[in-house]
Formats: sequence, structure tokens, C-alpha cells
Amino acid sequence: MIKKFIDNAGWPRIIIALFLLGLFIAAPFVGVNVWTSLNNTLVRFGMNGVMVLAMIPMVQAGCGLNFGLPLGIIAGLLGATLSLEWNTEIMSRLLDLGAKYNITWLNEIFVNTYREPLGFASAIVIAIPVAAVLGWLYGKLLNRVKGDEMMIATYVGFSSVSFMCIAWLLLPYKHPTMVWGYAGRGLRTTISVEGYWLHVLNDALAIKINDNFTIPTGMILFFLFMAVIVWIFMRTKTGTAMTAVGSNPEFARASGVNVDKMRTISVVMSTILGAIGIIVYEQSFGFIQLYMGPFYMALPAVASILLGGASVNKASILNVIVGTFLFQGILTMTPSVINGYLQTDMSEVIRLIVSNGMILYALTRKVRAGR
Amino acid sequence: MSDNNTSPLLELSHVGKEYYGNRVLSDISFSIDSGEIIGLVGENGAGKSTLLNILFGMPVIASTGGYEGSIHIDGKSVHFTSPNQALAAGIGMVHQEFSLIPGFTAAENILLNREVLNGSLMSYVFSERVSTLDREAMHNRANAAIHTLGVNINPDMVVSEMPVGYKQFIEIAREIDRKNTRLLFLDEPTAVLTETEAEILLTALKKLAKSGIAIVFISHRLSEIKELCSRVVVLRDGKLITDQPSEELTTRQIASLMVGRQNTRREEHRVILEKASDVNEVLSPQPEKKKKPKPALRVEHLWVDMPGETVRDVSFEVQKGEIFGIGGLAGHGKLGIPNGIMGLYPAGGKVRLFGKRLTLNRPRAALSRKMAFVSEDRRGVGLLLDEPLDWNITFTAMQMQGRFLIGIPYIFQMRNELAMRSEAKKFIDSLEIKCTGPSQKAGELSGGNQQKVCLAKAFVLRPNILLICEPTRGIDIGAKNLVLDTLKEYNKENGTTIIITSSELEELRSVCDRVAIVDEGRIAGILPASSPAEEFGMLMMGQNKKNNDDEEGEESA
Repeated sequence: MIKKFIDNAGWPRIIIALFLLGLFIAAPFVGVNVWTSLNNTLVRFGMNGVMVLAMIPMVQAGCGLNFGLPLGIIAGLLGATLSLEWNTEIMSRLLDLGAKYNITWLNEIFVNTYREPLGFASAIVIAIPVAAVLGWLYGKLLNRVKGDEMMIATYVGFSSVSFMCIAWLLLPYKHPTMVWGYAGRGLRTTISVEGYWLHVLNDALAIKINDNFTIPTGMILFFLFMAVIVWIFMRTKTGTAMTAVGSNPEFARASGVNVDKMRTISVVMSTILGAIGIIVYEQSFGFIQLYMGPFYMALPAVASILLGGASVNKASILNVIVGTFLFQGILTMTPSVINGYLQTDMSEVIRLIVSNGMILYALTRKVRAGR
Repeated sequence: MSDNNTSPLLELSHVGKEYYGNRVLSDISFSIDSGEIIGLVGENGAGKSTLLNILFGMPVIASTGGYEGSIHIDGKSVHFTSPNQALAAGIGMVHQEFSLIPGFTAAENILLNREVLNGSLMSYVFSERVSTLDREAMHNRANAAIHTLGVNINPDMVVSEMPVGYKQFIEIAREIDRKNTRLLFLDEPTAVLTETEAEILLTALKKLAKSGIAIVFISHRLSEIKELCSRVVVLRDGKLITDQPSEELTTRQIASLMVGRQNTRREEHRVILEKASDVNEVLSPQPEKKKKPKPALRVEHLWVDMPGETVRDVSFEVQKGEIFGIGGLAGHGKLGIPNGIMGLYPAGGKVRLFGKRLTLNRPRAALSRKMAFVSEDRRGVGLLLDEPLDWNITFTAMQMQGRFLIGIPYIFQMRNELAMRSEAKKFIDSLEIKCTGPSQKAGELSGGNQQKVCLAKAFVLRPNILLICEPTRGIDIGAKNLVLDTLKEYNKENGTTIIITSSELEELRSVCDRVAIVDEGRIAGILPASSPAEEFGMLMMGQNKKNNDDEEGEESA
């Protein structure tokens, strides 16, 4: 019974889970509030969940881990910034319209009650087609480099970030809260979403347990909703074909499946999920981070899913949930507990050591899983 | 040869070998004198490669328990455990697959690890490893080796830019450049050569033999064996069948010695055939004449570019309800035919299915015409090793025929796991697949059971035509019979046309109505399964390609 559980869960996860538990137990003794820590862990889980979920389609289709996640993130950033850019204009148009025809409920819905959720939704709606186009091109590229997907993907991610560094400066954004104050053009490095859609998911249906612990119900539900969509998709005819392509492309081809098409679809899905993921992240984080912001975003997501027990060619929703929780848990707890113990502030250093160390660990595991 | 040398150069006595209880060689004894050329012939799997591995001290032999019997060189007992020892003892070997470095020149390849070195202070102080190469001397030495073979190849030519024929000569030149080489093994050296190149090679080999080097020549071209060798050694099923001077044998006799099995086994197969009485009707020598409906499958001038199994120009017809066999030696293109028809490799020509043209190069097109395919590469193409059995069995039907799905077609459909599982269970029972259940991973099954899963996958499609490659490769005898019986039964019950491709001639002759033999990418002949073994043997060896029609006429008369 216990042995079977260990076999199913795998030693790495058990060890890390025990370590995490240990940190929670040690926390009160060094003056760290357990409730706050739990809250942080849960919030970070919700923030990052969708981006980790973005790994699944590509892994299942045999395209490896999506190190090119920054591409999807860029699509998400475009969606987010454009939604902010157009927000005021659309709003004033709607107000005009409402005034003209005397429709008060229009005002009520768009401007007052649902302004924030609609803004958030519009960011996603704008981001999805952008992500689909970028993902389609990215998929075409990956079909040409079969066998080396992960390395090429890494460079796709890095180079797209660098390209966008130029683009953010040149794109004709006008909104005063987003552009540099002194020049009047070029986007700032961080843009606050306060007053737009800050915490729309976090605060939706939030359950306050005590001063330090609030369950971000909306965000968790949104993650679960996305997870269910992916789960259902992987069970459709296309999803099944995709899994078969990842498992044995030759078999899939001999069964009449268009291998390249399936791979492209998986990359498009992965990119779209990445775009949605970053918007969820931003609404909780409070800022849109441009320029080098997306640069290292793929690594925590990759590390999470590997930590959750996925291999380079098999991943499940459970891997995502377990992996994200463990990774974000360790990432929250280690700095605060160790900080409290050492009585100095070196949380950022510890965070870097821990997160990169875990990626290193997860990637060495990947090599073994690959064989 | 010289009088003072009483013992033969190489002598094998009672050499045998077993792989995991599977006997591949038993009681092989023969000897070779200096300057002698021996032809070693046998079908695929007769034990030739194992014999070479033993003689060359390949690690695979030692790691699987060594060999029996003894080997003597110059009367001294030897026991090689690594190829280096064999090389030191003067045994050279040219393998079927080239072992040349593509980016190096001919000279560099020939003298690899035996380079001519310039002495220098550096090499004196450190070691030879740091000395520079004497390019000119190397060029000359390589040139000399190449010229011994009677060909003209520039030693400075890069190997990757050479035609295959040249590469073969470079391989041989490398062996003869080695000063102490006294015994040379050539594994099908002429397989990749054109006729003129082959002739040049044969002349060169004769010249080498005159200089005192003993040669063991392995080839499927029996005319070459006749021409070149003084003695012929025939292996069959790991046993030495004959060892006699080549003048005493005709190519036809050699062929029949190679393929001719014991009568008992043939009788056994006959009996099985008699039992299937309605199959017997179709079995009569020339079914084409009896009924003249549209053939189930008509192949015209098919070519297939499958690596290692190139099909050049193949035409044949298969009648509805027939079991049609395709045989021939490995690498001659028999596997290319079904793979090409199914669209798995680039192909051209015309294929008609029940009179209607089939689109080639698209597996989807072939599958949608209700053809099913069982690949020879079970683990590579045939199965999803990491997925459960029900996936493996139902996947193709789901993708091609939209079965095992639940929901509204074209709008939203999910896979119906229950239906998948029950279908898989049905086949697990009927084919007696040994497994823990439909959710066991395909990779965990044994070879025979995996093959049954592949068959189940094809049966689920309810095919009109079933193409099966190597149905019994790598599975044990019990499973073998079950697989073959299943095929026969399926043919009988559903009237499905089945095309079986196999390297095992006996198997084809026991199951099929007619058997086509493929030789060098072309059909050498199509014979009724009841024809005598040596007829098939002759076709396989690429003999009497031209008077093939006469042979068939004789047979039916």
C-alpha cells in the first residue's frame, strides 16, 4: 500500500513534499506567519498554473518542453497592453453611445459593474489570435527541426523577447499611463494594471479566512477551468491523435494521422495557453512587465511540470497541479524561513539559488526520463 | 602450397553457438589453405554472420556465452575475444555495411591508424601520437593498395564523394594494405557493385589469392561463387550441408542445397494445407485462368524508395480472397512493396484496388480504401509502446473511421474509453494475447503478443485487403503457428485478401496460394506454393532471370 503510493508518486516528489512540510513546521519558530506563507503559496500557484498547463500540449505531441513560452507570453503582453490602450477610448465611445440613445444599462454594465472583468476578458480575446498566429509560425519552425525542438524553442523564446524589446519602443502606443513620460512614446518597462483589472480573478468570490489568509477562489477556479478544457481536449479525436504522435510518430503516420499538423496544433495551443497564463499572472501581480520580463518565464514553468513528475514526452494535469504547488511552495517558503533564521535580508539571493537549483535538478531528471 | 606447411591456414572443428538457448550454429568443421578461395553460401539466418562474428572475435559472442568447438590457425589453437586479436593474427574482414569515415580521403581511410609518420623532436620527446603525417608516403602506399585491386581511384578523393562501388574497393584496399593479412573475409562484396565493377573485383581477388592470401567469399550471386571459388561451403539452419569443389556443383544444385528443407517439415505443412479445403481450390496452380473477375489488387510498374529495400519495377495481380506471398532475400525490396502501397515511403507507378486507382504516398488514402497494414517494424511503426493496449488496437479505427468516439460528429467528440476497452478485451480473448488487461502498456508484452496486438489493430479496421510484413519475425514457434493460423482463419471466414511478406520461404509456402519472389527490386517470378523448393531457391538467387517464363511453363505442364 505505502510502497505502491511511493511508486506512483515517485521519490523526488515525496522528498520535496516532506521538505516543504518541514519548512511549514519550522516557519513559526523563526517568526514567519504560516497563514501568510500558505496564502502566498496558493496565490503563486494560481498565478503560474496556466503557464505550466501550457507545457502539456507540446509535451504530449512530442515537441518537448515549451522553452519558447516567452513567445506566448509576448502575445499575452500585447493583449494586455492593447486592452489598456483601447480601454479608455472604447469606454468613452460606449458612454457617448449610451448618452445618445439614453441606454443607461449600457453605462451600468460596461462602465461601472463589469468594467474590470470585461477589460480582463478583452485582453485575453486580443491575445488569443495573436498567440495563434505566432504559435502557427513557431510550430512550422519546430516541424523543420524535429529532434532538436527544445534547443530551438529556447532560442525562439530568447530572440522573440529581444525583438520585442525594440518593438515595445516603436509601437505607436499613446496611453499616458503606459508610455514614457518624458518622450511621450515607447512603453515603460512596468505598467500598472491598477484601476483596470488588478486582482479581478483574485478577488472574485474570494473567501477571507483571517487577516493573513484569503483563498483566491476566482483565480483557482479559472485555473481549474483551463485545466478541464485541456483535459477534455486531450480526450478528443485530435487530442488522442496528438498523444499518439508524441508517443510514436511513425505509428501515427501509418494510421493516417497528419503528424506535422498535429504538432502545429499542439504548439498553437501551448502558445495560446502561455498568453492566457501571463494575463492571469499580471492581474494578480499588478504589473505588466515588458522588455526583459518574459525572458526567464519559461524556466519556472518547465521546472514545475518536471518536478510534478512529467517526462519530456508524457505529462498530465496532475503533474501540473502537483508540480506547480511544490515548486511555488518551495519558492515562497525557503527564502522567508531561511531569512528568518539568518536574521538578514537575502531573500532574493536565496530565491535565485532555490529556483535555479530546482530547474537544474528537474532538467537532470529530464535526461533520465528521456531514456 | 608450400610443402613445409602441413597444417591448413585456418581450421574449424565442431564449432557451434547458442544464443539464449536458441541454436544458430552446430558442428561446423572446414578448413582453408593459403591462396584458396572458398565460397560461403546460405540463406538469411543460416548462420553465416554468427560464424564470421566467432572468427573475428566479436564481443557479442563472448558476452553471450562464447562458442563451442575450436579454431586453429597454422595448427595452433586460437580463441579470439576481441577483433584486435583477430587482426593481429592476420584475419581481415570486409563487412556488408561500409565502415569508412565519409569526410576522410581514400588514403586516410585505407591507412587509418597505420599512418606513415614523420619523425620529429616532438614525437621523440612525447610519443608517436604527436608526430605529423607523411602525406606523400601515405598517398603512395594507398595507391599501391588500390592498384593491387586493378582499379584506378585517386587516393586523395574524399570517401563521401565516391560512388558505392569505389567505397567497396577502398574497404578491401584497407584490408590488403595490412602487411600481415593472410585470410580475408568478404561479406557480400559485390552486392553494391555494377557488373563490370564486380568483374574487376573478382579478377582482383583471384590475383590476391595467387599472392597467397586465403579468401572466404560470401555472396548470394551463385554465378560469382561458381566463377571465383574453388570450393563451396553451404550452410543451412546453422548446419554445414556440404563442402565440396565448385566444379562438382551446378548453381541450381547449390540453390537447392541452400533452401531445401527436410521432407518431414514440408509434409507437416502440406497436411495443414489439405485441411483448409476451400483454400485448396484457389491453391490450384494457376488461379488466374479459372476466374477472371477484377483482381483485388493490381500493381503496375511500382517503384518504392525505401532505404535498404528499394523496389525498382514490380507488377503483379492478387485475386480476391487469395493469400498472396512475397518472398526473397533481405534487402532485395520485398518489404518495400507493401510499405510503398500503403504510402509509407515515396513510391510511384500504378496501384489499382478493385479496379479503382489508389493514391500513393498518402497512408490516409490507402487506409480509407479499407486496406490494413501490419508493419515489419513492430516496435518502430506497429505499436505505441508507451500507451495501453486498447489505444493500440483501436487508434487507427478511431482516426480513420470515426469509431470509438462519443458525442456529436463534426461538432464535439471524445473518445469512448468503455467501447475501446471492450473491443480490446474481445481481441485479447480471441487472439489469446497474454497480458494483464486492456490497460497494460504495449511495450511490456512479449514479441509474439505484440504481434497479435498488431494483428488485432488491423482486424479492427475490417479490411478488404490486409498487408502483413514479416508476421513471425522474432517470435517463438508456438506464437508463430497461432499467428499464421489466425491469418488463415481470418481469410477463410471473411474472404479477406491477404498479402504476406516474409523472409521465411517455408512459412509462405505453407500459408499462401501463390508466392512471388523478389530479386533486386524486381519480381523474379510468381509460383504456386506447391512448386518445389529449389524453384524458389533459383529465383531467389537471381538465376535464370530471362528464361523464367519457360520455367513456369514447365512447372505447370
